[in-house]
Amino acid sequence: MNIQVVIKEEENLVKAFISGEIDAFTAPMLREKLATVQQKENLQTELEMSDVSYMDSTGLGVIVAFYKHVNANNGHVKLTGLSTRLKRLFDITGLGEIMDIETDDKGGNK
Amino acid sequence: MPQEIEKQYKEILKQYLMKQTERNLYEGQNFSRQLIKKNIAPDEVISIHKATLEEMFPELPMNVWNSFDLLIEMMIRYGLAHAEHQSLLQQQEEMKVEMDLAAKVQRTLLKTTRPKINGLEIGLVSVPARKMNGDYIYFLSDNLNNAGVAVADVIGKGIPAALCMSMIKYGMDSLQDVATDPKKVLDVINRIVEKSVNDDMFISMFYGRYNVENSLFTYATAGHEPALFYNAQNDEFTELHAKGLLLGVVANVSYEQHAVTMEAGDFVVMMTDGVTECRTDEGFIDPKIVITLIHSMRHEPAQTIVDSVFKELEKMQNFELRDDFTLVIFKKTS
Repeated sequence: MNIQVVIKEEENLVKAFISGEIDAFTAPMLREKLATVQQKENLQTELEMSDVSYMDSTGLGVIVAFYKHVNANNGHVKLTGLSTRLKRLFDITGLGEIMDIETDDKGGNK
Repeated sequence: MPQEIEKQYKEILKQYLMKQTERNLYEGQNFSRQLIKKNIAPDEVISIHKATLEEMFPELPMNVWNSFDLLIEMMIRYGLAHAEHQSLLQQQEEMKVEMDLAAKVQRTLLKTTRPKINGLEIGLVSVPARKMNGDYIYFLSDNLNNAGVAVADVIGKGIPAALCMSMIKYGMDSLQDVATDPKKVLDVINRIVEKSVNDDMFISMFYGRYNVENSLFTYATAGHEPALFYNAQNDEFTELHAKGLLLGVVANVSYEQHAVTMEAGDFVVMMTDGVTECRTDEGFIDPKIVITLIHSMRHEPAQTIVDSVFKELEKMQNFELRDDFTLVIFKKTS
């Protein structure tokens, strides 16, 4: 029931390192953290999720909202380090088609 | 009434001062419960104590009486805090009543009639984890040749989800033609939802339609859990996949549509993630368990299958659903 979000911003590049579980309890925290990211034209963002052990649809909602905001300013969202389970979630929901997703290539044993 | 209370308190105090037994203390405790019930504030209690003492020991020094006045003054804050607590309790009660009403309205609003089609059995179970259901079922049928079903899951639970659902209902109501293709159905609902929801809200939905004349089950999905197709002849399950984005993310989405031919004994299982993502304290229930459960009852009527699966999974989760649970089965009997 915990989550850590570390955000590194430099110029037009934002990288957020997310770890822990993203569910109905922790999703509001993630939403708040991501809301602190300064939205600007052509913002390049990356959400690093290799230490996310669980995510439910509430978490998906937060990521979709972030994606919409960044996209509205012609920015780009990349998700990296997704476990097999998370990848399945993005594939089933069709989000994998519209978002830039890199899976965890460290063996997929998460 | 205050006089009555004073009289009772005087008696309790007198007894205690004389004997100081456990029993006397216990009486005092009980009496304080009564006072709370009658909404007597702490400062009033001290006033009563002071008045009683004045009556019993009028000769006590002035300093003692004055100190009580300071104490009474101090306790007024506590009294206010108590009153605030009471009013919060009342508000909570009011909200609970409104919530019950809302749940009732939801049930009425979202009522849908199970189609009656020759040679097709329909089993349905939909149980909310909380009062309001975030899962939604809508049947569209001519009760002759076609039976369509929409299975939707609004992200999030509770009231926002319930409100969101009426959008699907009215969207579906506008499509009275059961011959509408599933991909078209999703396209229509997506346009409605996309215009009306918050950025972090969305809906996943599966739409399937069975046609008696050609025994075809045609389906499309908007980011929903894939349905399972059971082929009786080969005795195997396959997932019914189709590409399609969740409703409400982007305005223009083209949904894929596929179809499977059903033979007698075949069935399609449609569900929400409350079924596939069952969580217990030890972790997730393996989705294979769900398939094994369904398989073991494949010869039973559709309603028996869904009821038993629900009962089993509810038991595995210690009768405490963490997510809304919806399971629908279309089974071809002849």
